[in-house]
Amino acid sequence: MMPLLSVHGLKVSIDTDEGTAQVLDDVGLSLERGRILGVVGESGCGKSTLIRAIMGILPKGARVERGEIWFEGENLLVFSERELNERVRSSRIGFIPQDPLLALNPVFKVGTQLLEVMRWHAPDDGSRGGERRKRHVGRLVGLLRRMQVPDPETALERYPHQFSGGQRQRLLIAAALACSPRLVIADEPTTALDVTTQHQILLLLRELVAEFGISLLFVTHDFGVVAELCDDLCVIYAGQTVEAGAVLPILDAPAHPYTRALLACHPDRATSFTGIPGSVPSPLAPPPGCRFAPRCGDVRAVCSAGQPPQGRSGTGAEVRCVQYA
Amino acid sequence: MSPQPILTLRDVSVQLGGSKGFLRKTVPPVQAVRQVSLELQEGEILSLVGESGCGKTTLGRTILGLQRESGGEILLDGRPVGGLSPEAARHARRGIQYVHQDAGAALDPWWSIGRTLEEGLKIHGVGDRAERRERVAAMLSAVGLEPAWGRRYPHEFSGGQLRRVALARILLLQPRIVVLDEPTSGLDMSVQATVLNLLLDLRERFSLTYLFISHDLSVVERLSDRVAIMYLGRIVESGPAKVLFAAPTHPYTRTLLAAAPRLAGRRATEHVAVRGDPPSPTLVSPGCAFVDRCPIGDAACKAEVPRLAPIAPQHEVACHRASVEQTASIRARRRA
Repeated sequence: MMPLLSVHGLKVSIDTDEGTAQVLDDVGLSLERGRILGVVGESGCGKSTLIRAIMGILPKGARVERGEIWFEGENLLVFSERELNERVRSSRIGFIPQDPLLALNPVFKVGTQLLEVMRWHAPDDGSRGGERRKRHVGRLVGLLRRMQVPDPETALERYPHQFSGGQRQRLLIAAALACSPRLVIADEPTTALDVTTQHQILLLLRELVAEFGISLLFVTHDFGVVAELCDDLCVIYAGQTVEAGAVLPILDAPAHPYTRALLACHPDRATSFTGIPGSVPSPLAPPPGCRFAPRCGDVRAVCSAGQPPQGRSGTGAEVRCVQYA
Repeated sequence: MSPQPILTLRDVSVQLGGSKGFLRKTVPPVQAVRQVSLELQEGEILSLVGESGCGKTTLGRTILGLQRESGGEILLDGRPVGGLSPEAARHARRGIQYVHQDAGAALDPWWSIGRTLEEGLKIHGVGDRAERRERVAAMLSAVGLEPAWGRRYPHEFSGGQLRRVALARILLLQPRIVVLDEPTSGLDMSVQATVLNLLLDLRERFSLTYLFISHDLSVVERLSDRVAIMYLGRIVESGPAKVLFAAPTHPYTRTLLAAAPRLAGRRATEHVAVRGDPPSPTLVSPGCAFVDRCPIGDAACKAEVPRLAPIAPQHEVACHRASVEQTASIRARRRA
């Protein structure tokens, strides 16, 4: 069966004052129906650009040079802005942002904001005007109850500041699900939360994936969260997918030198805190050949000669490294 | 008998805010820290762990003297240094320094790093300019930066490098105790590792004692000698890191440990989430603060605040039920 979402050879560049930055250079991923895919990478690796490209909200000056983004059998990159708005955003792809406080307007009631989304994007069920609005309120209250927001009936009449951080994130999960999307993209939705609240939200997300029949694309930099939540994993380094496959095999036996080095930095696993020497290359002047070669402990002469081929590790993960070609 | 602790806190409480209303509304103060007792041994790393609003940062600030305690005693090398105004307290506690959570925000963007670092030495009356320059350069290389980078400005540094600058700044003042407030939050994992490595290295080289404030349990487990868990202003459990992570006893500690995302493959669904949100410190209840979220709390817990009591050498827990269960299991073992 075809995956719900698949990205192939996506290349995105952004024009800056100092030249053209190659932010994404051949990123690929594949998300099967009903699964949770974790996209992991350090800051500046292109995680945010990737999800912006999928939703068609790339910043000014950015352009897709190459690649395809297939979602439910359609290439999203050929859609016009209007088509994306009417047929994709919110209605078929929901979004959970990183900071719930930034995503909510402080001067409008929560209900006004969430119903606005539904007014534009909820599927047409034949009802109009007041009748349609009433149905939307009904669905929202039901969703808020499911999200365990206290007093869901009155919650819509309250303002964002009247909710705690965890509750605000629940409101936005409800908003993401309001128009019955097939795919939900979450951008580090638990980084701003406390450990126990984060745990509650992760549990909730896992239940919702099964209950609402959605697939979840979960962007994070926290391997601990990936281990707890995700089914599949896609590791990104300097705008390229370096390793992708099922979570547990990769965590048990990471294949790409970058994945290995990154996991070796995790306090749960580190024998000594050595870190990874060097720093992430600038997208303005990426190194020739393998992007990780200048920092790699296993580097060979061929690594800087050209782009490493896609290979397969012993555990079945796709790995971009000459060792597995 | 253990040697004299470098820093001792006895029943320290801190009230924040509050105003008596004459023209404005009367606001009751917040009890941010409640009767905290702690001992910091020379050379150790003690971690203070808790969720936002539990009072760990306030306690750190109180130890520094930036925040005046409302009750209790603070002893440095056995000498009382508490009850002072912030200015006098900072003077008496020069040996304690603080690394800010947001290293970048603590630096003046218009000053070169070298000038910022020199300023600290100037304030503390360190001799001539040449000597100050020399010490700044030496310290920059001690924290792994190029001495020539003293001419650069904060925006030219990455997050990890800014932590190094922040460390250089306080180490110039030759502290004995360093309060590290979330020193690795917001850093990428590979950078976090190098910063932790540096912290361990500096502790050796400058014989430092760390009070490590954090909510990242993976880091805490790896780094600390001892751990104190805070909940709503009180320490609910403290003990050696190995013991505490192997046998967490307070229900809150257990909850926290179960909730922390860890690499060792365990699925979130296998755990029951704790109920409710972390409480607000403005709430005052007569009993245990955790009782409303506690899986084993009972009526007695609502009536009386549990005291921190030893259940094993160096391992203390503040829970009515934990000690009951402990005694019950000891009795059961005796009978068996």
